[in-house]
Amino acid sequence: MKGLRHYPGFLPMTIGCLVLLYAPLIVVMVYSFNGSNSITTWGGFSLHWYVDVFTGLEAARFGAAARNSLSIAFLAASGATLIAVAAAVAMVRGGQFRGKQATFALINLPLMVPEIVIAVSTLIFFSAIGLSTGYLTILLAHLTFCIPFAYLPIAARLQGIEDTYEQAARDLYATRWQAFRLILLPLMMPGIMSGYLLAFIISLDDFIITNFVKGAGMETLPTAIFGSVKQGIKPNIMAISTLMLLTSVLFVTLAYLINRKGQKTP
Amino acid sequence: MADRSGYRGLTAPLLLPTWVVIGLFMLVPVAVMAIYSVLTKEFRGGVIWDFSLAAYDQFFVTRGLFGDEAPQIEWTYISIFWRSIWQAALATLLCLIVGFPTAWFIATRPAQSRGVWLFLITIPYWVNLLIRTVSLKFLIRDTGPLNEALMGIGLTSGPLPLVNTNLAVQLGLFYSYLPFMVLPIYAAVERYNFAYSEAAADLYAGRWTILREIVLPIVRPGIIAGCLLVFVPSLGAFLAPDLLGGAKTFMIGSLIEEQFKGAQGNWPFGAAVAMILMSLVLIVLIAYARAATKAEAR
Amino acid sequence: MKTILITAAAILCAAPAFAEGELKIYHWFEYIPQELVDKFTAETGITVTIDTYDSNESMLASLKAGKLGEYDVAVPADFMVGIMKADGMLDTFTQDEMPNFANIAPQWRDVPFDPGRTSSIPYQWGTTSFSVNRDVYQGDISSLATIFNPPPELQGKINVLDSQNEVLILGSLYLGIPQCTSDREQLKALNDMLLNAKQYWASFGSDTAKDVLVSGDAAAGMIYNGFSAKARAEGANVEYVYPTEGHVVWMDNMVLLADAPNRENALLFMNFLLDPENAAAVTNYAAYTSGVTGVEPFLDEAIRTSPENNPPADATPGVFAQACDQETQQLYDAIWTNLKK
Repeated sequence: MKGLRHYPGFLPMTIGCLVLLYAPLIVVMVYSFNGSNSITTWGGFSLHWYVDVFTGLEAARFGAAARNSLSIAFLAASGATLIAVAAAVAMVRGGQFRGKQATFALINLPLMVPEIVIAVSTLIFFSAIGLSTGYLTILLAHLTFCIPFAYLPIAARLQGIEDTYEQAARDLYATRWQAFRLILLPLMMPGIMSGYLLAFIISLDDFIITNFVKGAGMETLPTAIFGSVKQGIKPNIMAISTLMLLTSVLFVTLAYLINRKGQKTP
Repeated sequence: MADRSGYRGLTAPLLLPTWVVIGLFMLVPVAVMAIYSVLTKEFRGGVIWDFSLAAYDQFFVTRGLFGDEAPQIEWTYISIFWRSIWQAALATLLCLIVGFPTAWFIATRPAQSRGVWLFLITIPYWVNLLIRTVSLKFLIRDTGPLNEALMGIGLTSGPLPLVNTNLAVQLGLFYSYLPFMVLPIYAAVERYNFAYSEAAADLYAGRWTILREIVLPIVRPGIIAGCLLVFVPSLGAFLAPDLLGGAKTFMIGSLIEEQFKGAQGNWPFGAAVAMILMSLVLIVLIAYARAATKAEAR
Repeated sequence: MKTILITAAAILCAAPAFAEGELKIYHWFEYIPQELVDKFTAETGITVTIDTYDSNESMLASLKAGKLGEYDVAVPADFMVGIMKADGMLDTFTQDEMPNFANIAPQWRDVPFDPGRTSSIPYQWGTTSFSVNRDVYQGDISSLATIFNPPPELQGKINVLDSQNEVLILGSLYLGIPQCTSDREQLKALNDMLLNAKQYWASFGSDTAKDVLVSGDAAAGMIYNGFSAKARAEGANVEYVYPTEGHVVWMDNMVLLADAPNRENALLFMNFLLDPENAAAVTNYAAYTSGVTGVEPFLDEAIRTSPENNPPADATPGVFAQACDQETQQLYDAIWTNLKK
C-alpha cells in the first residue's frame, strides 16, 4: 500500500516552505545587479558590484574573509561531526552509566549558553591561558558550539536503529569495528549528513562569538558583513552573497555527480 | 537492554573528545561567567573581585527609579523572559507544523535524490542571516512585493502592516531556524519502516490515525531534537526581533548583549541573566533526559 | 623633534634587512580607505594590520577581556576616550613626538575628554540629530518636537537610534535639562516624556537608520549627518535638521593604546593622518568632517558643500555626550531599560 507514504497537504507545505526559503534570496540576487548604491531602490542593471567584489578597495579583505569562513566551517563541522558520532554511539548504545545525564547536559551546553556570554567568557578564558586570538581560537570556539548541532540529529537517528542488525553481524563473527563500519555507519548516514550540514551552516553564519575571538587582521564573512553595515549595506554584500550561493550550488552539483558516479560503478 | 552490540565498555573513550572539548572550551568559560554573576560590577564593563548578589537582586527586586522605595518584585525582566519564551515557543511550533511535512516529503523521495533535497533546504543558509533578514524585510514592507501583489489582485485595499509587528518577528525566527527542525526530523523519519503503516492500515486505521499513533512515537527523538535546536537559539535571537520587530522592546538576547556591549556595561548582571536563562533551559533538558531514560527502560 | 627623525632614519638605514616594523590598528570596519593605508606602507615600509569592531562598547569589552596589548591604536568616540583614559587604557605622547600636531584645528586641540590632547588626535567628527522626509511632511521641523511630540503626519513613522546615549541626550536637549543630572524632577520628566513619545515611534535601529528612510519604512528618524547625506544621495527627499534646542556632536579619535607593541610606528601613523591631504582622504571616504586645518583644497566638492556637514551659521551649537558618574549613570540606565521593557 504505497499510498500510506503520501499525505494530502504535505507536498504543498513543502513547496510553500521552499518558496519562503528562496523568495528573499531572489531579492539578494536581483539587488546584486543594482546600478545604484542602495539596497532598497532600483537604479538600473549593472555588473558594477561584481567588479567591485573582485577589484574594489575591500576585495582582498572580503576574499580572505570568505576563504576563512569556508575553511573554518569545513574544519569545525567535520571535527564536530566526528566527535558527535562517537558521543552519540556511546550515549545511545552504551546503556546506562554514571554521569549519563550530566554528559547529555554537557553536550547541549553550547546550545544553552547565550552566544554573547560564550563570546565574552571564551575570550576571557583564551586570554587567561595566554592563547593569542586568531584563526585557531575561532576554530576552537566554532568546533565547540557546533557539537550539539551535529549531535542531536545523529542521536535522533541512532535511537531509531534497532541493534538487531549489528548483533546479527556480530553473531556472524564480524569484529566490532566491522560491525560499526559496515552496518551501523551506513544506517546512521542520513543523521550524520543532517548533523554535518547543520554544523556547517551554523559555523558559516556565526557572528557574535567570532567577533570576540578573532585576532588582528582576521575576518570572517559575517564579521566583515556586520562591520560594513555600520556604513549602510551596499549591493556589494548582495553580490558576495550571490557568489556564496553559486559556490554552494557548485558544491552540491559536484557532490551529486560524484555520488551518482559512485552508484553506477559499485 | 543487553549490550550485544558491544559498545558498553567503550563509552569512556568514545565520550572523551566531547568531555575534553566542551569541558575545556565551554564548561570552564561558563564557570567563569557563573563566578562573574556573583561579583561586583566595575563601572562601564568588567568586574571587581568582591562577592555580591546585586545582579540577582536587580533581576528580581525593584526599589523604584531612584532606589529608595519599599522593595517590590521586579516584573521588568520577568516579562522580558516571558515574552521571549512565548515568542520562541510559537516559532518552534510554526517550524514544526511546516517542518514535519517537509521532512516527511523529503524522506519519501527516492534514495538518490534525498541528498539533493536536503541541500535545497540548507543552501539559503550560505547567505548570512543578516542579509537574509534584511531581504525578508524588503519583501514584507508596506511598499514591498508582497503588499503590492496583495493590493494588485485586490485582496487588500491598503498595505498590510507587517514590518515592526510580532508577526514579522515570528516569520523571521521561523525563517532563521527552519532547517534546524527539518533535518533532525528527516533523519528520524527516513528510518521509519512503512510496514508498520501497512499493518495498521490492514487493521482499518485511517492515515491520520496511523500518523498520530504509530509514526509520531517512533520519530519522536527527531522531533524533540528539532524542537530543541529551534527553541533554544530562538530564545537568544536578536536579529529578527531587532530588524523585523523594530527593537521596541528588549528580548533576552538583546538584554544580555546590552549588558556586555551596550552603554550600560554591567557584566555581572549580564552574567546573572544568562545564568537564569541557562537554569531554565537546563530544567527542560533534564526533564527531557529523564523522560527519554524512562521511555528507554520501558 | 629632529633627533627623533634622525633616530628613526638611523634605525631604518641600519637594519634594512628587517621589515621596517608593524602597526596594529583596531578600527571600525570600512572607516579608512585602503589606498591611504597602502600609501603609509609605501612611505614608511611599515606593515599595517587592521582588526575591526562594530561598536565603541564592544571594543571596550574586548580590550577589557584581554586584548589590550595586542593593538597600537584604536578609534573610540569622544566619551569613550574619556572612559578609556580614566581606566588607564591609553598611553600618552608629547607634542614634540608629533610634528603635525599643529595641524589640528584650534577648537579640537583642547577637548574635555582628553585635555591638551595627550593621548588622542581627531579622526572624524559629525553630528547626530534627525531627518525628515519632505515628501511626507512639509511643515515646520526646526524643533526636536518633530521626533518627541510629532505632528500627525509623522506619528507611527519614526525611527529612533537604538542607542541609549543619543536618545537620552536628544531627549534632554528637547526638555532643556542638563546631561548627567541627578535632579529627580528632571529625570522623571525625561522618563515620562520618552514613554509618551514611544507610542509615536515605529522602530529603534542604528545601523538601519539610513535604509528605513530610503525605503520609506520611516518618514522621519534620528540619524547621523553623514548617514543622512547618504540617504539623500540614494534618492530620498530627506532634510537633515540642526534643531533649535541643539544637537549632539561626536568625534571619533585615534588614540595611542597603553602597552602598544609598536609605539613609535603608532605615532608615525597618527602624525601621517594629521597631514591635510591624508585627513582629506579619510573625509572623502567616510563623508564626515576631519578635525584638521587645511583640508579644504583636497576635499571632494560634494562633501565640502553638503548641507549635512555645514550647519547654518545661526544653528544652536551642539553638545558632546558627557560621561556621567556611576550613580547618575545608573539612573539613566534605568530610564533606558524602562523605555525598552
